[in-house]
Amino acid sequence: MSELLKNIIRFILFILVQVFILSRMPPLHRFITPYLYYLYILWLPFGLSRMSITFIGFIYGLCLDYFLKTPGLHAAACTLIAYVRPFVIGMLISQEGADKNYVAPSFVSMGWAPYGTYVLVLTLLHHSYLVLLEWMSFGSFVYFVGKVISSTAVSLVLVLLTEILFFRKQKFRTNTI
Amino acid sequence: MRNVFLFIRRHINFLFFLVLQIVALSFLFRFNSFHEAAFLSVSTELTGRLNEKYNNIEYYFQLKKSNEALVQENAQLRNQLHDDFAAPDSAQRLFRDSVRTDSVRKWLVMEAKVVNNTTSLKTNYLTLHRGFRQGVRPNMGVAGPRGIVGQVINVSENFAIVMSMLHPQFKVVARLKKGGETGTVSWDGVNTNSFTMRGIPRSASVAVGDTVQTSPITFILPANLMVGTITEIVPDNTTNFYSLRLRPATNFSNLEFAYVYENLQADEQRRLEDSTRKKLQ
Repeated sequence: MSELLKNIIRFILFILVQVFILSRMPPLHRFITPYLYYLYILWLPFGLSRMSITFIGFIYGLCLDYFLKTPGLHAAACTLIAYVRPFVIGMLISQEGADKNYVAPSFVSMGWAPYGTYVLVLTLLHHSYLVLLEWMSFGSFVYFVGKVISSTAVSLVLVLLTEILFFRKQKFRTNTI
Repeated sequence: MRNVFLFIRRHINFLFFLVLQIVALSFLFRFNSFHEAAFLSVSTELTGRLNEKYNNIEYYFQLKKSNEALVQENAQLRNQLHDDFAAPDSAQRLFRDSVRTDSVRKWLVMEAKVVNNTTSLKTNYLTLHRGFRQGVRPNMGVAGPRGIVGQVINVSENFAIVMSMLHPQFKVVARLKKGGETGTVSWDGVNTNSFTMRGIPRSASVAVGDTVQTSPITFILPANLMVGTITEIVPDNTTNFYSLRLRPATNFSNLEFAYVYENLQADEQRRLEDSTRKKLQ
């Protein structure tokens, strides 16, 4: 399957899962909102230019907003993590050109620790920005910190489960530089 | 001039990011004054269709619950039948015609299926499968089998978006069933099971467990619909008013059907009030 087709299917599946399963769940606690949809942006291929990644993030967030009726909220957060993503990858990649040997970021292509850090940083960033935008209307500081931390913890568990359940095999591509 | 172009070329990615952020944030903050629902009007039809498909499946799993709610409502209606009341004296039986010929209809009730419903977000909305073609207009009130639910804010051809009571901008005028004192009910955005009612004077007699109903003052809903019951009384020491905590009568998480109320005399009342206000100015 081509990389483009794979990403289009992922786009639809992630939005459907977020809208029809995760957002429909009765709230466990007022601090916890389970989010998984942003994993799509983390899984985008290395090869995309920074501008197109930012744009994909915006469109992706906007699509979710149309379903959840929160215009611009998720679009803003997705644009932010999509824009920051190349910087984080650049900092964490272990050796020069490692991002040319594989298609997309994963445990295999980046190694366990760098990939874990990559997910953690972008998850924290996404959740903080999202809660901050919500917070501008009402809430307290304890609410802000509590919600960011507990939502991040739940999201990380969901990401780990997804990574294990849908293990992405990544081929090593030599002589591609 | 050349430097400006150079600057733009060098920072094109960042500028592009800024533009997208500004677009997203302007969507977000302009929408908060909820009259501008233009964002949704295009997509409501599409997302509504998808939600309907999903709801058709989900509906089977909740048949039991919605049956129970319907049976309860039936029982409540049956209790109001005049046949259930025996007259004390058979010689002086009182007949009452249920259709009053000398009255003018004020409220028209339309039933609607709930095809999408959120309760866990900060701002919650419902989607009803009944829209402009079926007679729904913005600003109509919505109630469920057990109590009030919200207010219509946007309609497309076949769907309507309802601002749920679980929305910080939703306010409804309500009164205590016992004493008739009027106050405003709103949601503080924290707990889905707790609403706040303000504006009840301290002179009112209030007890935990009292019923709160809609007041005849509101435009959007008829009087005497259940809003909730009082769970806590907080005396506000700085003013002469109570601040009451309510548990809503409606269970928002398992709504299957809702009733949309159309106020047939709203236009006339509003016109009279507006013209009076103009005259006084």
